Amino acid sequence: MIDKQVASLEEAVAGAKDGATVLVGGFSAGDEPAALSEALLSTGARDLTIVNNGVGGLARGIAALIAAHRVRKIVCSYPRFVGGTAFASAYKSGEVALEVVPQGTISERLRAGAAGLGGFYTKVSAGTLLGEGKETRIIDGEPYVFEHPIKGDMALIGAQQADRWGNLVMRHSRRNFNPVMAMAAAVSVAQVREMVPLGHFHPDQIHCQGIFVDRVVVVDPEPKNWSARP
Amino acid sequence: MTPLNRNQIAWRAAQDIWDGAYVNLGVGIPSLIPDYIPKDREVVLQAEVGIIGMGPTPKPDAVDPDIFNASTQPTSFVPGGSTFDHTDSFLMIRGGHLDIAMLGAFEVSEKGDLANWNTGDPATAPSVGGAMDLAVGAKAIRVLMEHTTKDGKPRILKQCRYPLTAAHCVKAIYTSLAVIDVTPRGLVVRETIPDLDFAQLQAVTEAKLTLSPDWRVIEAPAIAVTV
Repeated sequence: MIDKQVASLEEAVAGAKDGATVLVGGFSAGDEPAALSEALLSTGARDLTIVNNGVGGLARGIAALIAAHRVRKIVCSYPRFVGGTAFASAYKSGEVALEVVPQGTISERLRAGAAGLGGFYTKVSAGTLLGEGKETRIIDGEPYVFEHPIKGDMALIGAQQADRWGNLVMRHSRRNFNPVMAMAAAVSVAQVREMVPLGHFHPDQIHCQGIFVDRVVVVDPEPKNWSARP
Repeated sequence: MTPLNRNQIAWRAAQDIWDGAYVNLGVGIPSLIPDYIPKDREVVLQAEVGIIGMGPTPKPDAVDPDIFNASTQPTSFVPGGSTFDHTDSFLMIRGGHLDIAMLGAFEVSEKGDLANWNTGDPATAPSVGGAMDLAVGAKAIRVLMEHTTKDGKPRILKQCRYPLTAAHCVKAIYTSLAVIDVTPRGLVVRETIPDLDFAQLQAVTEAKLTLSPDWRVIEAPAIAVTV
């Protein structure tokens, strides 16, 4: 019988190694699967490369990993957050390296990693600072840059509901990078608000199939009050 | 002469969005546009985070924390609105499916080069977000910005000084003083605010301007600044 639900956050992130590339879902610090990132602290893993759209906020999730000196590098599109980030000082001191990637190039590099592709050419960033040093090719008269796939050793993602197969449903704006990150990692872990019985989801309704998900852990729902969110 | 305020710039740009257009609105002045789209036009708004058919900002008691826009602010759906994941969202953006992206900018060049992501300040981590994807991917890029910097220096330049977001992408510029089209013949002034003569406009614009034969005066309604 398949049952991907695990009882604890520690079990959910077990096996994370030093130097691992960890894909962290969410659009910003506001919808990060923060409990999973924080659970990584218990594994002792360090020198992590974090792939996220942002760099976390001031305290929770990725910010807690940065404060505990576990992060070597962040790959992201937007290294800022309203209210500030723990990343800012770690970047200034040189402790954490930064690779800024256009937002759609991150998601497409993840998709390439997930799909077994060797990379792709895109017009985005060609002729700009972020395109410097990249292999360039003229296609239909326009310059394109080559982008490599991104694969994770582990993905930490968020979802609304899961069943025991690891099928996931996400809610509204919170889908964002979560499905493609689950698809692009060797071990994918989902933090969900609730478990539902197998068969509860309509077959046409599932946002991320259990084949992409290895472990599921229930974490108390995020606070409903918008202003109280991190 | 009184320059247009930020809301009036948004109002002016909104008048040029056609019925049925699929549009992405950037942060800053473009985010004010939804209030000013003429009521008889159906415009479908897309947000990078994975929404198409985005509605107005909800009242505080109607906020759903799981419905947010690319500025991580609460938003809503219109009937017909839907959500999708990031690869589909950026396929939409990068694959030429959006009719217009309305973006803020630091600088625009006379060739339509756009600089809106990086001021080159070494102390600040550069933040590109989805700016390059939108600039390259949407069918038309329209920029909304103050005509000059806070200390009166031109932002419409012969060449951008800040690092580019994308080259040759801007089709029209809506500023606090004028509406300017980027054409193969250079920058053409389509409209100006009342009581501003062409020489005054050229004096605060580094790039060379020409006046359109169809030039007219902007008649903007009085609108209070909201942000």
